Amino acid sequence: MYWAGFKALISHWRRHKVQLAGLILGLMLATAFWTGVQAINAQARQSYAQAASLMGQDQLAQIVAIDGQNFPQEEYIALRRAGWQVSPILQGRWRHQDSYVNVMGIDPVTAPPVGPTGLGQMSELVSFITPPGVGMAASQTVARLAGVPGLPALQVSPDVVGGLVLTDIGIAQDLLGAEHQITRLIVVTPGTTPLPEGLRMRPAAQDSELTRLTDSFHLNLTAFGFLSFAVGLLIVHSAVGLGFEQRRVLFRTLRALGLPLRALVVLLLSEVAVIALCAGVFGVVLGYGLAAVLLPDVAATLSGLYGAPVSGGLSLSPVWWLGGIAVALLGALAAAGQSLWRLVRLPVLAPAQPRAWARASARSLWWQFGAACVLMVAALGLAVWGQGLSAGFMTLAALLLGAALVLPGFLYAVTGAAQRLSRGVGAQWFWADTRQQLPGMSLALMALTLALAANIGVGTMVGSFRLVFTGWLDQRLASELYISARTKEEAAHLRSWLQGKVDATLPIWGVEVPLDGVQTQIYGMQDHATYRDHWPILKGDADLWDRLAKGDSTLINEQFARRTGLEPGQTVTLPKGHQLRIVAVYSDYGNPQQQMIIANDLLTDLYPQVSRLRYALRVPPDRVAALADALINEFGLPPAHVSQQDQIKAYSTEVFERTFSVTAALNVLTLGVAAMAILLSLLTLSIIRLPQLAPVWAVGLTRQQLAVLELLRALALAGFSTVLALPVGLLLGWVLLAVVNVAAFGWQLPMTVFPTDWVRLGGLALLAAAVAAAWPAWRLASMSPARLVGVFAHER
Amino acid sequence: MLLSVNNVTKSYAEGAQRTEILRGVDLSLEAGQAIALTGESGSGKSTLLHLCAGLDQPDSGQISIQGQQIAGLKDSARAALRRSRIGLVFQQFNLIPSLKVADNIAFQARLAGRWQADWAAHLAQTLGLEAHLQKYPEQLSGGQQQRVAIGRALAARPALILADEPTGNLDEDASDKVLALLLELVRDTGAGLLMVTHSQRLAARLGAQQHLSSGVVA
Repeated sequence: MYWAGFKALISHWRRHKVQLAGLILGLMLATAFWTGVQAINAQARQSYAQAASLMGQDQLAQIVAIDGQNFPQEEYIALRRAGWQVSPILQGRWRHQDSYVNVMGIDPVTAPPVGPTGLGQMSELVSFITPPGVGMAASQTVARLAGVPGLPALQVSPDVVGGLVLTDIGIAQDLLGAEHQITRLIVVTPGTTPLPEGLRMRPAAQDSELTRLTDSFHLNLTAFGFLSFAVGLLIVHSAVGLGFEQRRVLFRTLRALGLPLRALVVLLLSEVAVIALCAGVFGVVLGYGLAAVLLPDVAATLSGLYGAPVSGGLSLSPVWWLGGIAVALLGALAAAGQSLWRLVRLPVLAPAQPRAWARASARSLWWQFGAACVLMVAALGLAVWGQGLSAGFMTLAALLLGAALVLPGFLYAVTGAAQRLSRGVGAQWFWADTRQQLPGMSLALMALTLALAANIGVGTMVGSFRLVFTGWLDQRLASELYISARTKEEAAHLRSWLQGKVDATLPIWGVEVPLDGVQTQIYGMQDHATYRDHWPILKGDADLWDRLAKGDSTLINEQFARRTGLEPGQTVTLPKGHQLRIVAVYSDYGNPQQQMIIANDLLTDLYPQVSRLRYALRVPPDRVAALADALINEFGLPPAHVSQQDQIKAYSTEVFERTFSVTAALNVLTLGVAAMAILLSLLTLSIIRLPQLAPVWAVGLTRQQLAVLELLRALALAGFSTVLALPVGLLLGWVLLAVVNVAAFGWQLPMTVFPTDWVRLGGLALLAAAVAAAWPAWRLASMSPARLVGVFAHER
Repeated sequence: MLLSVNNVTKSYAEGAQRTEILRGVDLSLEAGQAIALTGESGSGKSTLLHLCAGLDQPDSGQISIQGQQIAGLKDSARAALRRSRIGLVFQQFNLIPSLKVADNIAFQARLAGRWQADWAAHLAQTLGLEAHLQKYPEQLSGGQQQRVAIGRALAARPALILADEPTGNLDEDASDKVLALLLELVRDTGAGLLMVTHSQRLAARLGAQQHLSSGVVA
């Protein structure tokens, strides 16, 4: 009985191959998007864990400079002599033209015997520590850097995280231009003497800070993956719903012939499960491919933004593969849930009219509209009163779901109004018929609306950010050259060497101290027109610069102000009890930490051990290149210690663009999936629509006219969906800028709108609809009259 | 001559084989005349009707309506011919589900630019549909839907009405009423009627009968 029933049920798909393709494709894409994003996240987190465990950094305390900068190697030697068992590490970013990599220099002799360093496998220690040395890296990093000059010979090590080259510290100092410098010391056994000034102990496992910093990035990625997943599931829901609706007669017959309802439900669940398993396997493979394509950009972004080494290649566990297939299965069951529920409630003798579907859909418009209103109110409430990143994403979810639910009602209203306003009978029929197609089209149009809204929202956010960021870079990087000396003596020599060669030498000195348990950067600022004219102040007192120069006041960054709720006029107490009045809040995009600025003299008074190696130089623009050249060739600074303003800006802009390249890619893919959803809906509808079109053809419209009308219908519906997507997208952009960004990064951006982008997107939506409708329309235009006549013949 | 069918043949391919449906049919219909086309299932009645409506093309032979040959006409010209000169009534009504009854009746006449409010109102009254004009087809019974289909076919005052088993889905009582109305309206408008039917009883009520057997008029 079961097998016969199952065969009867699946025979439907043999006759409706396009529908089956739509179901499989939708499920495949949904699974691919979700698993792809999860693969990227899993790979990144795996890399963080691997990086943290390298050299036992996650288990052992470390000694770092209080300003977070490199410190002289002499400190290490002094500590070793004082009985501290410490091992030095130098870390930095090495770049050659378009190739870059994080370099970690270690001392293999003193390295702690914990963690998967892989050094135990090295038989030739001498070749590791003797120039040109050996670089150990993950296989994909070795492949990526093949042929790049300047690096030591690379050797594959499975223990080294991707995007990182592990080498001897001496080799690393040469590579990074950091002679006699180290970044931190790993404490194997602490000594009894106090730490020198300017250094502090960092407890073990503080590198999990990387996970905290990158969490918002991964949450963002997850949110977009989920959106794409939802769009894919809409296709599945549509295809399953239609498949169930078309088989009402069959269901009735099977039940009338003695198949129990429970058995029918089990068979349909089995059918969905079989399809989901097949689609899931393909989807997971596609997701792997998607992740492999996107991961290099993600790795570059995470490295650029947070200095997080992330492997550019994928290595995923079997659990991930199984998880992907489970997601496909659960997604398919969720999408089929409504149809199964309807089947359970269907009386055995219920009329098997396809129109019942449309009527039921029309009836459900009201509750859909009600649910949409509730969701919109919830979104508003969450946006205003919600706290944290989760509330931000719940706002986005409520907003998008609300917009999706309101769409069918909106289209009903618009097409109804168009029908009432139409004069000609053809136009009236066109709008009435369009209205009748809405139940079959609405899910695909929801997908389009969601994709468009996401595009507009993210476009608004990125565009606003880009505008602000570019202006902000001009303000923050007002000096023409940025240099750093390697030692105190070199810095003193440099200052005197620069006299008469530059308009101003501005110190960039700072320390990092815990403030109420949060690591806070404190920088000194010398009173100078460079800052008075350019510093990006968001709000502050009129005499802020004079008060800052007096030494009793401070400027804090936006992240600090938002986290603590402090405002200009209030005070901050430094760890040593020094109280400072806040006179301004400034924007500090891209900085994951809270920061404050005090007068430079006050900084050196409070923290005399502050590292005084970095400077900004004011030079007339036409002398910048010559001075940079002189600093390197005459004075002898390593090239890595001299940065020109335009180089830093170019690098920052590159990091910015890469940061959003992944979301942009997901956006385009989501729009593509929506177009696919429209195509599949139209193809499916074109089959069941013949009985509706044949009478119109019989009474005098040609096939070509009908085809043109089908094309216009798709364009009209896509156009109306775009109209709805626009305000939703703008709201989405506002939520991203004012809620999610603030919660994730601690800064808010002014919103700018980009109407030309809307026009482009609208055009793209119409193009997608036209492309999707072209094939069904062409099939109708070229359909043999015999098929249309067949509608009248088959009815008997 | 309103409708002239001369030596028309039609066959369909079924796999590698061709099945001959019509093997040289001759038929003629004058204005105001009503002919019942009878025959067994598969004898080619509906096929002949579809050819006469220009919905399909014969393999050979000629069909003319009011002297105009339809074999050589383009798709758009055949559509225009159906719009303005032919009224079609199908067994399954084939109403447009998205339009209300009033709009269904007016649809073809307005497409043809021949819609007259008085005539439409008269048709609605005669067909007993006045109370249902603002309803959708799905809200009507089978008999009522067939009356709407007849109204649509007659609203443009076509010269030729082609009806394909218009009462096939109705019970005897409803069939009688619908046929009476159809004949009355045909008489009023002076149109010619070619009606396919299985029923000898209904065929006998029309002025003439033609029996189709094995693809030829017997």
